[in-house]
Amino acid sequence: MAQLNNGVAASVTQKQPLWLLAEVTYRCPLHCAFCYNPTDYDKHTKNELSTEQWIAALRDARKMGAIQLGISGGEPLLRDDIEEIVAEAHKLGYYSNLITSGVGLTEKRIQAFKEGGLDHIQLSMHDVTEDISNFITNTRTFELKKKVAAMIKSHGYPMVLNVVIHRYNIDQVGKILEMAEALGADYVELANTQYYGWSLVNRDQLMPTREQLNRAEAATNAFRERVGNKMKVFFVVPDYFSDRPKKCMNGWGEVFMIVTANGDVLPCHSARVLPGLEFPNVKENGLEWAWRESPAFNKYRGMEWMKEPCRSCDEKENDLGGCRCQSYLLSGDAEMADPVCTKSPNRQLIDEALANSQKPFLREQPIIFRTDKNSKKYVEGDKERIEQFHALP
Amino acid sequence: MENNIQHSDIYAIALHHRFQWEEAQQSYVILFPEGMIKLHGGAGEILKRVDGKTSVGEIVADLKNTFPDAEDIESDILGMFDIAVGKAWLRKVN
Repeated sequence: MAQLNNGVAASVTQKQPLWLLAEVTYRCPLHCAFCYNPTDYDKHTKNELSTEQWIAALRDARKMGAIQLGISGGEPLLRDDIEEIVAEAHKLGYYSNLITSGVGLTEKRIQAFKEGGLDHIQLSMHDVTEDISNFITNTRTFELKKKVAAMIKSHGYPMVLNVVIHRYNIDQVGKILEMAEALGADYVELANTQYYGWSLVNRDQLMPTREQLNRAEAATNAFRERVGNKMKVFFVVPDYFSDRPKKCMNGWGEVFMIVTANGDVLPCHSARVLPGLEFPNVKENGLEWAWRESPAFNKYRGMEWMKEPCRSCDEKENDLGGCRCQSYLLSGDAEMADPVCTKSPNRQLIDEALANSQKPFLREQPIIFRTDKNSKKYVEGDKERIEQFHALP
Repeated sequence: MENNIQHSDIYAIALHHRFQWEEAQQSYVILFPEGMIKLHGGAGEILKRVDGKTSVGEIVADLKNTFPDAEDIESDILGMFDIAVGKAWLRKVN
C-alpha cells in the first residue's frame, strides 16, 4: 500500500477520498443494541436523498478518486432503488459492496445486483445460537440470515460475513468461525464492538472481560492455523483493551468519506456528535468542496490541531491522537488525546469503564435497543443516559 | 521463494479480485472485499500481463523485451509473483 501522507492541515487538501460509504437510509428492520448509528437517527429518516441525488454523489466522488464503495445504512434494502444505484456504481468503475442484514434480499433482487455489477455482499451474522442472535438484534432473523448466506454463495458472490463481537457472543467465537466455514465464507470480520451511538449507551452490558477477549483471540488464531488461506479472518481488536488508540478512519479526512441518508458529508460515522462543527451537505456545496475546503473536513486533518500530550508525542504520527469522537464522548474535550492512550490524562475513564463492565449491578440495566421509539426519545432530548458520558467525573 | 514459482506456471487474478487502472492515482490497483492494493510502476506492469493464459516465462520474456535497460528484472518479476501468490491476489490456472 502506498504510504499515506499525514502532513499538516491545509485549507485545500491534495488527499483523495478512496473509500466512500453511502449510508443510504437509517431505517432498519433490526434493532441491534450495538449499532453505531446515531441515537437520534430518527430525525434523518424522512429526508433521505433521492435516487438522482445519490447517483450525482457517486459520480462526483468517483471523479475525486473514490474507488471502494460501501452501500450501507440502516438497511439499504429498504430502499427500492439500490439496483439502480449499484448499476450506476459499476458503470463508474467502483468496487461496490452491499452491507446488509439480509432482510429484504430476494432471488429477484440479488439477480438484479449481479446483472448490475455489484462486486460483493457483506452479510451480518450475530451468533451460532438462534437465541443470542435474535436477542441482540431484537428480531427473529437467525434462520433467514442463514438462507441469505446460501443465496449469496449460490450467486457466485464472495461470502463476506461481519460478526459484531460483544459479551453475549464472544465465548462462541470458535463456533462462529466454524459456522462461517460451513456456510462457505471467504472473509470473516470479527468486529469487536466499538463504543459509539447505541453501543455506547449499552457499553456496560456489551463489554467483554479481558480474559474473554484473550480466549477469543486464541480461538481465532487456532482457527486461522487450521484453515490457512482458504478463509481470511479479520479480528478487529477493541481499542479499550489497548494502550494506544486506533488511527481512527486512517486519519480525519485522509481516505474515508461518508455520505449519510440526508446528504450530510462526514469524515467518520459518528462525527456529528462533535460540538461546534457544521458538516457540509451534498445538496449545498457539493462533494468536492466538502472534502477539500469545508471547515469541518479541515478541522482535524493532519496534526496542527493537537495539544499536549499529543503535540510533542513521538508516536503522534502512528495514531494521529486517536478518535476525536471517542475523546469528546468520554471526556467532553474533542481535542484531547483519545482516552484509550495511557499517555492521556483521561485514561482513567477507560479503566473505569472496564471496571464498571464487570459490576453486576450495572449489568442489570436494561439494554436499550435501536428502535424508532427509543430514537425519538433521544431526538426529543431524553438524554439522561447519554449525559453520563459527556462529563468528566 | 516460498511459492516455488516456475516459468511454466500460468496465473490469473484471483477470484473476487479486480485489477484496474486508476486514473486518479495514476497507477494500477487490485480491488477485493474491504481492501485495495496500489501497485507501483513495475508491479503494475507485471500484473497487467497476468491473464490466465500467458505463462510466467512468457511474461518475463515480454518484460525483458519491453524494458531492455532494466538489469536483472527476472528475479524482481519472480519475487513479485511470489508475493502476489502468497497474498492470494493471484490463483494458479496451470
